[in-house]
Amino acid sequence: MTEQAAPVQSTRKKKRQKLKREIIAIAVLGIILAVAMPAILYALNIGFRLKFLGRFLSLAIIALGIDLIWGYTGLLSLGHGIFFALGGYSLAMHLKVQDGELPDFMTQYGVDQLPWFWEPYQSFPFTLIAIVVLPMAVAGILGYLVFRNRIRGVYFSILTQAALLVFYYFFKGPIELFNGTNGLKTDSDTLFGAVVSSQSVQFVFYEVTVLLLIAAYLLCRWLTSGRFGRLLIAIRDDENRVRFSGYDPTGFKVVVFAISGALAGIAGALYSVQTGIVTPDNTMEVAFSIEMVIWVAVGGRGTLVGAILGAVLVSLARTLLSEKFPDFWLFFQGGLFLLVVTVLPDGIVGWFRGGGINRARSLFGFPKPVFTYPSLEEDPEVQKEREVFEETETR
Amino acid sequence: MLEQILEILFNVISIGSVLLLAALGLAIVFGLMGVINLAHGELMMLGAYSTYVVQQGFELWAKDALDYYLWVALPVAFIFTALVGVLLEKGVIRFLYGRPLETLLATWGVSLILRQFVRSVDGVLLIGIALFCLLFFGGMWVLRRRVNWESTRDRAIAILLPLSLAITSIASILLGKNEALTNKWFGSRNLDITFPSWLDENLSPENLPNWLAWLGNWMKSVGLEDFSVPRTRLFIIGLTIVCLLGVYLFLNRSNWGLRIRAVTQNRSMSACLGIPTRQVDAFTFALGSGLAGIAGCAVTLIGSVGPNMGGNYIVDAFMVVVVGGVGNLFGSILAALGISTANYLISVETFVPMFEALQTQVAFLKPLWESFVTFFEFFGTSSMAKVLVFALIIAFLQIRPAGIFPQKGRSVEL
Repeated sequence: MTEQAAPVQSTRKKKRQKLKREIIAIAVLGIILAVAMPAILYALNIGFRLKFLGRFLSLAIIALGIDLIWGYTGLLSLGHGIFFALGGYSLAMHLKVQDGELPDFMTQYGVDQLPWFWEPYQSFPFTLIAIVVLPMAVAGILGYLVFRNRIRGVYFSILTQAALLVFYYFFKGPIELFNGTNGLKTDSDTLFGAVVSSQSVQFVFYEVTVLLLIAAYLLCRWLTSGRFGRLLIAIRDDENRVRFSGYDPTGFKVVVFAISGALAGIAGALYSVQTGIVTPDNTMEVAFSIEMVIWVAVGGRGTLVGAILGAVLVSLARTLLSEKFPDFWLFFQGGLFLLVVTVLPDGIVGWFRGGGINRARSLFGFPKPVFTYPSLEEDPEVQKEREVFEETETR
Repeated sequence: MLEQILEILFNVISIGSVLLLAALGLAIVFGLMGVINLAHGELMMLGAYSTYVVQQGFELWAKDALDYYLWVALPVAFIFTALVGVLLEKGVIRFLYGRPLETLLATWGVSLILRQFVRSVDGVLLIGIALFCLLFFGGMWVLRRRVNWESTRDRAIAILLPLSLAITSIASILLGKNEALTNKWFGSRNLDITFPSWLDENLSPENLPNWLAWLGNWMKSVGLEDFSVPRTRLFIIGLTIVCLLGVYLFLNRSNWGLRIRAVTQNRSMSACLGIPTRQVDAFTFALGSGLAGIAGCAVTLIGSVGPNMGGNYIVDAFMVVVVGGVGNLFGSILAALGISTANYLISVETFVPMFEALQTQVAFLKPLWESFVTFFEFFGTSSMAKVLVFALIIAFLQIRPAGIFPQKGRSVEL
């Protein structure tokens, strides 16, 4: 027994070391984002760009949610705009009614009494809870109705897209409830006495975004590293076998979908308050929801770092390209879809992990390095066997 | 009363036939190949634009025959979109068989590119694409004859791609100085197509053709002299019936149809028996795309042509396919009619007057009817009707998860 204990401990030690390194990396990155970036941007006198960075980081939160549901569980949701919009509208509605008066547009359309579902948004704590719970509940109900019938694959994708369209019409249609296409502007509203679009409030929101992104990453990391995460991957790879092993995948899928929806809601609230407006067109467009998926695909699905990386990189490219060449962006985006799907199925992170640098080097005449089987080297089982073997040899 | 019923029936069939026409190509490609084509709406758009081009061509060169441009536009739209479909299949989808989610994303990419292409197509863009294809694919074709092609392929791409991109962009910047070449062909605004004059007016018992005079007399005798229908709608219904019949006969009576059905049922067995499965795939996809082109041509009769028109139909068309059951023409027909019925009844506020009438007759149920009235008034607009229709579809899928006619089989898969 004592012979067995030693190698197990050493793999555990290695795991702990890896975890420690990861925590240090997150802390360093977090400090860079939270402290260094604003300092640099303000020093360069482009402080208004901080808002853009904050937006990209809030989009990274929703990318994490999509990675959970698509990268790990294999369910391609094309309707995350619903949850994104629900989060965004929740916060915007609170900003509109916090002072107890009717929003301007309602009086304009002849509504003299606050609709019943606007009432609770007068309280701030309720709004904070609603931002998380409302998208979560909608995702849970939709997920339950769909997964219970074992609807999956492309059917699930189409149904989520249709659901997105339904919510789009719902928010766009009755103009006296949500101001229709014009949406809710949060720019000029106040939060605890300060105007939302002022620099100090925006800075606070930026910091909150960084903190929540780190929290979302840790949550996803925790979810995907344990037994729950392995079950998700098992559902992705062979759902029937999971079912035959005695698990009911429905519950797990509903839970993951709900968590993913909650992350999307948080992202939506942060994004819309940093954009200054929330409309059906900028949160619930079909194209936008599909674009979210491509962030994860570009970064590398099934890797949490990839989701964050992809979201930030693609939105950055979008901002730069559509500022300079508005026509070019759609060509570029379409090309990105084709390229990622056909040439780079594992995304940037997957490319690096699969020895992409060496392959790129070999194109320019550098010799390809000879590999053993890296998967074998990393396999803890093999490591353990090897250590046991070495120990018996030395004795 | 009879007139109202007939009107509802006609409207339902007419909306349903547009839905069905849009869904027909999709149903074939999805049902037979398992490929989700999100660019289907954009193929419809291409069909509509080719109709526009044909009409403009008639106006320029054959003004006398302008009334008959539709008869040229239909085959042109079919052939053009079928060719685009073949290109799409050979260039993208061929590599993605068996990976439906990836196909979905790739075709979405294609649809974005097509949308922007139509907006910004001009002489420079076209010459640039031709030049790039000539340089890149031509260069690859020349290099392919080398002995050690397999080992140098990656390097050849790495050199050729940036080189030809650079040459193309320099050439297009130089060409961009030419005014005649930078004129956008279509632009991003919506274009209107004038109908042929024989589709212009409504059809009523008064102006029926001679061989249908008996029908007109009969309609007058039962009190339907005011009942009239637009000819464009009738034309679309007729076109849908012709397309349905054509597809049915093609799949069930022709050699290629037999091959397509064989490949659908068992790909590897068909390949063993000498059916060229690759060709069958390309052919099926071309057929589906061509039907999208016809749908696009028909849609020009009820709306304007624009870069974003494809998006209006794609989700509804998918709903038809999902509700109908995959790979089943009859299911698609039923689903299209069902969805259009639900859509029409809710959106035209048929229920509101009905419940209001009931309210006066049955007094003790008044609060119930009133709540019904407010409910249907809220969902009465055409966009809110979609909300209710989707709820109905979800409810329907709870009862029959695989559509009206599910594929029979013993596999555990859906």
